[in-house]
Amino acid sequence: MNLTRRGALLSAAAAAASTTLAACATGGGGDNEGAGKGDVSAENPLGVPADAGLEVVIFKGGYGDQYAIDAGTRLKEKHPKVAIDHKGIQGVGEVLQPRFVADSPPDVVDNSGAGRLDLATLVSAGKLKDLTELLDAPAVDDPGKKVRDTLMPGVIEDGTFDGKPLVLNYSSVLWGVWYSKSLFAKHGWTFPKTWEEMLTLNDEIKKAGLAPWTWQGKYPEYLNDPLLSMAAKAGGVEAVKAIDNLEAGAWQQPAVVAAAEAIHQLAVRGHILPGSEGLSHTEAQNAWCKGQVAFIPCGSWLEGEQQQVTPAGFDMVMATVPALTSSDKLPNGAVMAASSESFLVPAKAKNPQGGLEFLRYLFSKQVARGFAESAKALPVVTGATDGLTLTSGLGSVAEAVKAAGPNVFSYKFRTWYAPLSKAVDDATGELATKRINPQQWAERVQKAADAVAKDSSIVKHKR
Amino acid sequence: MRHGKYRFLVGALIVPLALYGVFVLSPYLQAFQLAFTNWNGVDSAPEFTGLDNFGRLWSDPLFLAGLRHNGLMLLVVPLAVIAIALALAAATKGTRVYRVVYFFPQLLSVAIIAVLWQFVYTPNSGLLNGALSAVGLDSWRRSWLAEPDLALWCVMIVLIWSSVGFYVVLFSAAMESVPEDIVEAAAIDGAGPVTVFRRITLPLIWESVQVGWIYLGIAALDGFALVQIMTVGPGGPDNSTEVMGLGLYRTAFAFGKFGYASAMGVAIFFLTLSIAVLLLRVTKRERVELA
Repeated sequence: MNLTRRGALLSAAAAAASTTLAACATGGGGDNEGAGKGDVSAENPLGVPADAGLEVVIFKGGYGDQYAIDAGTRLKEKHPKVAIDHKGIQGVGEVLQPRFVADSPPDVVDNSGAGRLDLATLVSAGKLKDLTELLDAPAVDDPGKKVRDTLMPGVIEDGTFDGKPLVLNYSSVLWGVWYSKSLFAKHGWTFPKTWEEMLTLNDEIKKAGLAPWTWQGKYPEYLNDPLLSMAAKAGGVEAVKAIDNLEAGAWQQPAVVAAAEAIHQLAVRGHILPGSEGLSHTEAQNAWCKGQVAFIPCGSWLEGEQQQVTPAGFDMVMATVPALTSSDKLPNGAVMAASSESFLVPAKAKNPQGGLEFLRYLFSKQVARGFAESAKALPVVTGATDGLTLTSGLGSVAEAVKAAGPNVFSYKFRTWYAPLSKAVDDATGELATKRINPQQWAERVQKAADAVAKDSSIVKHKR
Repeated sequence: MRHGKYRFLVGALIVPLALYGVFVLSPYLQAFQLAFTNWNGVDSAPEFTGLDNFGRLWSDPLFLAGLRHNGLMLLVVPLAVIAIALALAAATKGTRVYRVVYFFPQLLSVAIIAVLWQFVYTPNSGLLNGALSAVGLDSWRRSWLAEPDLALWCVMIVLIWSSVGFYVVLFSAAMESVPEDIVEAAAIDGAGPVTVFRRITLPLIWESVQVGWIYLGIAALDGFALVQIMTVGPGGPDNSTEVMGLGLYRTAFAFGKFGYASAMGVAIFFLTLSIAVLLLRVTKRERVELA
């Protein structure tokens, strides 16, 4: 065991060692000879140099990397002399950390997966290129439109730091509450519109011998999603911004405390499967897939994650979190959505224009469609799944996107302030086990938010 | 001749020494250097921040929680492991089968041990709750790793379980070197088994026990892998199983504060070193020379 701790120390320090060595090798970094910009034309709006290399590093996880290979193939059709070096890897952070330190990064990075680099850190260190040029370039399939107009609402904002778009996410993730359509049809239940109805339905479900709710107790953030969704719906965009901007008392706004109260009620009324607080995500989700539980909160990846264990005819669907009150500020279809699979072009890339051009092809309808088919997830390009036959889960997610329209919201504090994120997770775990009440929850989280606001070593962002 | 010998030795050792220097010594030294900076992991030129990072440690509730929990583990784990291992070694004297069985956990990697025990503790289909129900103790069922008062103890039990086997073997081997005639002489003089153990066996194997104290003391200051894999959060519920190693890992890789994490590493390094020296002093006894 001693070895393991030392291992962690060593790898941290070894990364430091290799980076320092690398930095020395390039003479302190920053003198990276770039390929510059080629001639700009309608055919080549971003001015990609004709025969430069293009190094692409893709996280090869649950979504695979076929879609990125496709994007490369399409780019080659237009720029046959560009030599693409495609790398599909895991542990993106380990591989790329020394290269960012030495300022010799690749030209495009998919910074995703468990071992990704901390985005807020990359941003505050000024390691990322501004993507405005790409967003204003014409879209590949429809040159009449700019790239920015082909993306779903919220996607550009998701990757915007202090007014600068630095990251573009590829896969759209929605958060909601999942249930089995066939199970609900069998019992004649319908998904509730308000939280009050949810609690009433829960009592009914309990009488039928099922546990109404479970959650992935080992990772309390799963239960934060419905809590924060309700807070946003009741309190509106202002409430979300207040939280993200670390405003005083933001977590003690009535809407936020009421949302905590709503989740607390699940525990108080015994609507949660006993033992849920000790279950891993797999255990909780499997209990739900076995039909022991009616509802589980999760993001839109659930269907893909559970495909090995989902019984035939289970027909899982995701519904948006019910309204907290009848006077919510956001309409009922409003949904918490964010995007994942973060694509970025490093500021010190050798071929930055090539990097942007790669992303232009990646975010084209044709490549995105291939992604929906191969990765079973929703790409952020609007209309990419039109006409495709979707599975019940992915179909419900696509419908939720349509129903929400512009009413899509997301919180930034999770990416911006990891320590606050941890404090919220801890507090919600305690709330769901009734060890603290909603007021104590709000107080604790507010204290953590104030501590982050005061900490001068944490770079602050505004939205 | 002599010169030739040294030249040969240096030649043979240069590769391992260089590897040791690059992969062990240099990272350690660099961690010491980084502890005085605000390095965020990707910056090319971190700022020197003096003793700031070390000042922060003493007001960081997570680090202090880790310190408290490692402290408790330091009190409980070595004592429990040594007591159990001595008892088992004495009880199974001469029967090799048991020793092999006790040694099994040592063959498993920490990650596998943690995952196995997670299945033991899991609330609804876990082995522990299942066993309790089977003997009619339904009221004893718990969400073992999800209750703040129990979680750390559950982790310590795994730590003890996985360590005992090695010390049973170590102590058994030491006990075998205790001369049979001394034990017999004591028995003839009327000493019972407990007295023989306390007055004869234990003093004669004390050096092994002393080694045990130090190794276990170091292990008790760690616990990172078990906590990271098994516990809620990890480190929870509500930081009730937070250990210093986990805090270090999180500070570096989740919070992006490599400089501060290095300061934690340096603090843990000196703490471990002091505890080892202290244990060595406290457990020092007069050495018994066997003729």
